[in-house]
Order: sequence, then C-alpha cells, then structure tokens
Amino acid sequence: MCGICGCGEGHSHSHDHDHDHPHDHGHSHNHGHDAEHAHAPGLSPKRMVQIEQDILAKNNRYAAENRHYFGGRGILALNLVSSPGSGKTTLLTKTIARLKEDIAITVIEGDQQTARDAERIRATGVQALQINTGKGCHLDAHRIGHALESLQPKDHSLVFIENVGNLVCPSAFDLGEAHKVVILSVTEGEDKPIKYPDMFHAADLMILNKTDLLPYLDFDAGQCIQYAKQVNPRIRILSLSAKTGEGMDSWLRWLKAELELQRIGYA
Amino acid sequence: MHEMSLCESILQVLEEQAHTQQYRKVKTVWLEIGALSGVEVEALRFSFDVVTQGSIAEQATLEIIEVPGQAWCLPCACNVAVQQLYDLCPHCGSHQLQVNSGDQMRIKELEVE
Repeated sequence: MCGICGCGEGHSHSHDHDHDHPHDHGHSHNHGHDAEHAHAPGLSPKRMVQIEQDILAKNNRYAAENRHYFGGRGILALNLVSSPGSGKTTLLTKTIARLKEDIAITVIEGDQQTARDAERIRATGVQALQINTGKGCHLDAHRIGHALESLQPKDHSLVFIENVGNLVCPSAFDLGEAHKVVILSVTEGEDKPIKYPDMFHAADLMILNKTDLLPYLDFDAGQCIQYAKQVNPRIRILSLSAKTGEGMDSWLRWLKAELELQRIGYA
Repeated sequence: MHEMSLCESILQVLEEQAHTQQYRKVKTVWLEIGALSGVEVEALRFSFDVVTQGSIAEQATLEIIEVPGQAWCLPCACNVAVQQLYDLCPHCGSHQLQVNSGDQMRIKELEVE
C-alpha cells in the first residue's frame, strides 16, 4: 500500500519518506444556522458547514511534502512546462549529455501516453520514470511523491520533471519544485505569453528555444520577452538552441548555480 | 483548463468532510473562484455535475462567488483592479504588478443534511 496516502498503488518502500501526513483537513466546524434553514421536525435536518478549504489543498500538501523531501536532501527539482513540441526532451537529453559526468540526474517524464520520452532519456544513461497521465492533462504532486519513492534520487542531485506538453493546466499544480521553467520555441509565435498567461505567470525562468530557426521566421524575440515580462515582471529569460548548442552554456551555468543554492540549504 | 480534476478534488473534500461532519447529503456548495484563477466557471459547473453523479453530492447546487482580480502596483504603491494577468496598471501603465487577490479557488461553505 502507498506510504504517502494509503492509496493502494503497489510500490515497495525501502526508505522512509518522512511523510508525516499533515491531515489537517481544514478546521471546519458546524454552526447552527437557525432562521433560514429551520425545518419541521421529522424531516432530515439541513445545516450549514463552513469549510474554507483551498480546492487544491490536497495537491498542495503533497507538494509541500515533496519540497521538504528535496530540501532535506539538497536536491534541485525543476518542473519543465511547455506546449507539445517545444523541444523539452531534446533540451533535456543535451543537458544530460553535458552534465551527467559531474552531477547525478533523475528524470520524471509526464505524457498522456507512451514511454517514448523516458526511453529517450534512459538512452543518455540516466534513470528516468515515465508517468502516463491517461486522460489527465497535467502531473500532480501525489504522483511525483510516488515517482520519488521508486526513483530514490541521490542527495545533492538534479531532478527534472518534464510535465505533460500543455501550456494551460500544469500551471495550477505545484509539484514541490524549486522552479517552474517554461520552454517556448520560436516557431510558436511571440504572443504565447499573453495568450497563455497563467503558465508564464507561474514560471521563474523562460527558455526561448530553437533560436537557430530565427533567420527563417518572423518571430519577434524582443516583443516575446516584453510580453513575458508583462505577464510576470519577475521572470528571467535565456535564449538557446538545444540543437546547435548556442546559448546552452548559460543554461548549464544557471542549473549549476541553482543546484549550489539547494546544496547549501538556501531557501 | 483542468476543471474535471478540480471537481474531483472538491468531491474528495466533500467526502472527507461527510465523515468528520456527519452528513449524508450535500445540497449546496459555495465556491470562491478568483477572476485570475484560470478556472472557467461554465466548464466547472459541467464537470461538477458529471463528477458528482452517484455521490453524496449528486444534484447539489453549485454557487460560485466570483472574486475580482487585484494587484499591487509597485510604482503607484497601491492596489489596482486587474482583469487579466497581463493587464497594465490603469494609472501608470506599468506591468510591475503583483497579484494579491483574485487567484484563489476555495470551497467556502456547504449546505448539508
């Protein structure tokens, strides 16, 4: 049975996941609404119950547990989000090829169907777990908790969570990551940040990918960056081409710097 | 968006609460949905009816309390009303806005029996 939630999904548990289950399901209380909800004796009594609970509270509790897990082990976890086809998996395979000698890397792959992305990642020599969400349009923190149980990432390592290709839904679901990184390829059009503002609002870093194609497109990179900043003044931007390697050095240095911050327990 | 999974989360809360609060049927659910929460209210209503079929909340009424978007404008140092995440400050035109209300989605209250 599941150590996190008792959900019965079969997983072995070779380690304690310090999930001390903050099952504080709201602090709801009854209060007798008399006048407007009065009723004749003998009928089933209607009453009001105050809940005051965030709809995503359950996901957020699992996310907090994941964040605690990462924090305690000095692990940098990044949630990579984008529309389908932005080049997330290629960016990952190129990143892994450049870093795997120095840094332990684990990848959690989210897709509706197939294990193709996890296979691509495993071909680079690092461990990867595929989560198929089926009809679901996003990964949630609960599934990430289970993935961590089976993957057991090393202390002070890098965990990439490649979310389902979708610029909408994953924005609302905290997975416990240090940062959401949104990847936008230049073939998608510069107005994506204002067309899909939730995602760009939720991300800390935007990667503008496939810059090698810029000479063939009418993509206005300056306008795109301005739109992204308009939606999220705090967002940082890196431009690169995972294919040619242009700009990759800056991304790798950003990763190392963020990992270093996790390793020193900077929160 | 992900209204179906939101409704599944809502139903889970209703079922958990049924146990602790000792009710058998949910008649009305009041939700607070912010204008900037990314939730499409009509899709939420549709999903709610689908998800709650055969549950303790079957045929429950969904009451939505819409909360307007609000952000703190850094240059103006005051709260301003915003309709979208990419809105500019209506006073100074800056995009240095920090959303501080209207991004919530909460279950507020239930009528049960």
